[in-house]
Amino acid sequence: MSETGIGKSVKRREDIRFITGQGRYTDDINQPGQTIAVFLRSPHPRARIVSIDASEALAIPGVVGVFTGKDLAADKIGDIPCGWLVKSSDGTDMLVASRPPLAVELVNFVGETYGVVIAETLAGARAGAEAVITDFGELEPAAVLADALDGPQIHANVPRNLCFHWELGDGPATDAAFAGAAHVTRLDLTNNRLIPNAMEPRAAVATYDRSTEEFTLYTTSQNPHLERLILSAFVGLAPEHKLRVISPDVGGGFGSKIFVYPEETAVAWAAKRVGRPVKWTADRSEAFLSDAHGRDHITTAELAIDADGVFLGFRVRTRANLGAYLSTFASSVPTYLYGTLLAGQYRTPAIHVAVDGVYTNTAPVDAYRGAGRPEATYVIERIVETAARELKIDPAELRRRNFIQPDQFPYQTPVALIYDTGDYGASLDKALAMIDYAGFPARRAASEAQGFKRGIGFSCYIEACGLAPSQLAIQLGAGVGLYESGEVRVNPTASVTVFTGSHSHGQGHETTFAQIVSDRLGIPFESVEIVHGDTGRVEFGLGTYGSRSVAVGGSALIKATDKIIVKGKRIAAHMLEAAPEDVDFEEGIFAVRATNRKLSFGEVAFAAYVPANFPEDLEPGLSEKSFYDPKNFTFPAGTHIAEVEIDPQTGVVRVANFVAVDDFGEVINPMIVEGQVHGGIAQGIGQALLEHGVYDQMGQLVTGSFMDYCMPRADDLPSFSVDTTVTACTHNPLGVKGCGEAGAIGSPPAIINAVTDALNIRDIAMPASPEKVWRAANGL
Amino acid sequence: MTVNDRPVEADLPANTLLVDMIRGHLGLTGTHVGCDTSQCGACTVHIDGLAVKSCTILVAQARGASVTTIEGIGAPGNLHPMQAAFQDCHGLQCGFCTPGMIMSAIDLVKRHDGPLDEQAVREGLEGNLCRCTGYHNIVKAVLSAADRL
Repeated sequence: MSETGIGKSVKRREDIRFITGQGRYTDDINQPGQTIAVFLRSPHPRARIVSIDASEALAIPGVVGVFTGKDLAADKIGDIPCGWLVKSSDGTDMLVASRPPLAVELVNFVGETYGVVIAETLAGARAGAEAVITDFGELEPAAVLADALDGPQIHANVPRNLCFHWELGDGPATDAAFAGAAHVTRLDLTNNRLIPNAMEPRAAVATYDRSTEEFTLYTTSQNPHLERLILSAFVGLAPEHKLRVISPDVGGGFGSKIFVYPEETAVAWAAKRVGRPVKWTADRSEAFLSDAHGRDHITTAELAIDADGVFLGFRVRTRANLGAYLSTFASSVPTYLYGTLLAGQYRTPAIHVAVDGVYTNTAPVDAYRGAGRPEATYVIERIVETAARELKIDPAELRRRNFIQPDQFPYQTPVALIYDTGDYGASLDKALAMIDYAGFPARRAASEAQGFKRGIGFSCYIEACGLAPSQLAIQLGAGVGLYESGEVRVNPTASVTVFTGSHSHGQGHETTFAQIVSDRLGIPFESVEIVHGDTGRVEFGLGTYGSRSVAVGGSALIKATDKIIVKGKRIAAHMLEAAPEDVDFEEGIFAVRATNRKLSFGEVAFAAYVPANFPEDLEPGLSEKSFYDPKNFTFPAGTHIAEVEIDPQTGVVRVANFVAVDDFGEVINPMIVEGQVHGGIAQGIGQALLEHGVYDQMGQLVTGSFMDYCMPRADDLPSFSVDTTVTACTHNPLGVKGCGEAGAIGSPPAIINAVTDALNIRDIAMPASPEKVWRAANGL
Repeated sequence: MTVNDRPVEADLPANTLLVDMIRGHLGLTGTHVGCDTSQCGACTVHIDGLAVKSCTILVAQARGASVTTIEGIGAPGNLHPMQAAFQDCHGLQCGFCTPGMIMSAIDLVKRHDGPLDEQAVREGLEGNLCRCTGYHNIVKAVLSAADRL
């Protein structure tokens, strides 16, 4: 096999530009004559806009314009929509709050955009924004999730601030399971609010060409085609053929750059209005205030267990914070990406979940790395560990006793999903060996001898990735299909340009996708170029999130590549005077079976473009497209084990060892997969020990900078021990499952299970900060 | 001052930050801005050989200094050993923190007496945030480059 083929740790080709400072991120792009935008943002969590006086701002030299929500409304710029319609359990539609890009009458969270100042320079735009006098009528906010259902009503059409009450599973069967249970474990949990903080802040640069009436929008998006679709079909900025969206190099996303935001919408609109290019780059403070946040659940969970430690029923009640408005996929995260995962790796026969989606006067909450699946995993794996302690059963053994067994796949869970394949015991066994579980008592004794407390914690997670079968997604409320497009264009000299609707913002697609295509076509890795992130070059795409790029986008490329091979065989058959069905293709050679007649891929590519005497039914050219729609989700799963050592004098938790064994199915580039796992674990440890997005009772964001929001730094983390097991996905051509989110999904409960084990306590709220741990360690 | 060994003269408002001159006036966009509180380190450059966050210093304070940015330490085909180590060890994903991380790491290796160990690298890079890699492979890269330098 070639050194650059599928399964090889090929070094990333995109690295060369990044390590030499030649990356091209949105803020690196400047347009001739460009102006700079600074947004007017609400200082209040809830207020009526009484008046906006821009006269002083407009008098400042260099200020080009000041625009408000009324200006956009007058131009018929529509609301920013939510892309997933969830229905309440009574069959009614969720209640959607109107979200204009710039607030017109009411502002509903601190940082909400209600105007924009355009000026020649950033300093001028800032001075202009300072000079705008806005009279707000302050209103009492509903800022706290726990109280919001009884708090002031934020939106006129949403009584009790309840967007939806959603249920899944069999309530009566679950009640019956509890009635017959020998033991019930109950746990109240919070899943802390997180602020994504991709290192590159969001940004947008827009131009408008009056002669062609075309917009070009450079922006930090994980899915430029979806951005274009929404701005065109719903916001009404421009028809799709007059709007080109380009996501150049994007500096991390983690979900926060999936969504359509007010800022790029207003910037694009303003480029036409002022007749000059407009640029905006968020500073970090704006990112904290206005990027969609993640998680933020309050949950009560109960697990019914029989006398042998077998799970009988699982009941979950969750209140999910949606923030002030529904961001693009906000409603799907605490429902279809959460409730459907509550079976975990277990055979629990009866499950029922009810979720209240609640508006609050805080920034919108939407998908953040894992999106619903970390929340589900946290609930399951915390309660299973707690049950093991109550029943005095080894936590690994209790899990093993309840695992879905390898011979039970495909497995229909009680919460809608059909798992295609897996071997959960294999991952657990490997992880136990890697952490040296048998040696733990000795390590604990050694720690205690030094005055430290040591704990170990497990997490056996599952996630649904490869989003998603379109028919199912649309049936469940998605406003778009979730297939992916791919195009393989063979050039006359046999180099290949590949167009994909997936978008890379750190995942390394330019390398892995080139591995896939070059491997399949038997051509040099260097001959394959990957193009992504530009609606003007790539036909269509749904972008990158939900660990879907290789499983869905890669599969589309396989389909397109297969079509290339079929066409190539027809061309070769013609040239070699054989029947197409007698031509085999292997490692870049078309050969007539049982003969020595053959042609290289390059010879066939050249012939395709120099078609001497092609028959009438054989078109010239060698370029094929495909749309791949997955048949099912993929189900990556694995075991994470954390071992922590706590200094009771300081409350500092040291992660002494972290083991992750993941089953991602087949792996294209092990080096990149390991890197994805490392990053996910770091974010999960961040959630468990460090990070917390905090609003005070009055709705002000307390954690509004890196000084207040504790990002994981190099000295907060250990090196990780990661490995994989493999059960190949049964329903996509590469057998892949996706690896982008697993680290962030599996790790938080492992860490908290280890911390609670070390301290011998039932629960500790994330993040387990030194203060909380110190209090717990000292019985305060 | 000189930037990447080229003499640079500029007439700028007194409150101009060095990073804004580097990115805006010189067009050296490899130096990034990731925060507004001097926490993230994406803007790290070398001033007279020392790693400095270029968002914390005014252009005027760097008058007469020798400034080196990521573009000045190596190029495709002629990489600095630290740049090569980041690629070899997969020490980057989205690439946004990478220039600052590399500039800090070069300084860290240079200043450190004796052999570097993992803990020293982790503490030495505490001023540079990365959201993608979990630092695992960055630490590997720096240790690997330290052997080569």
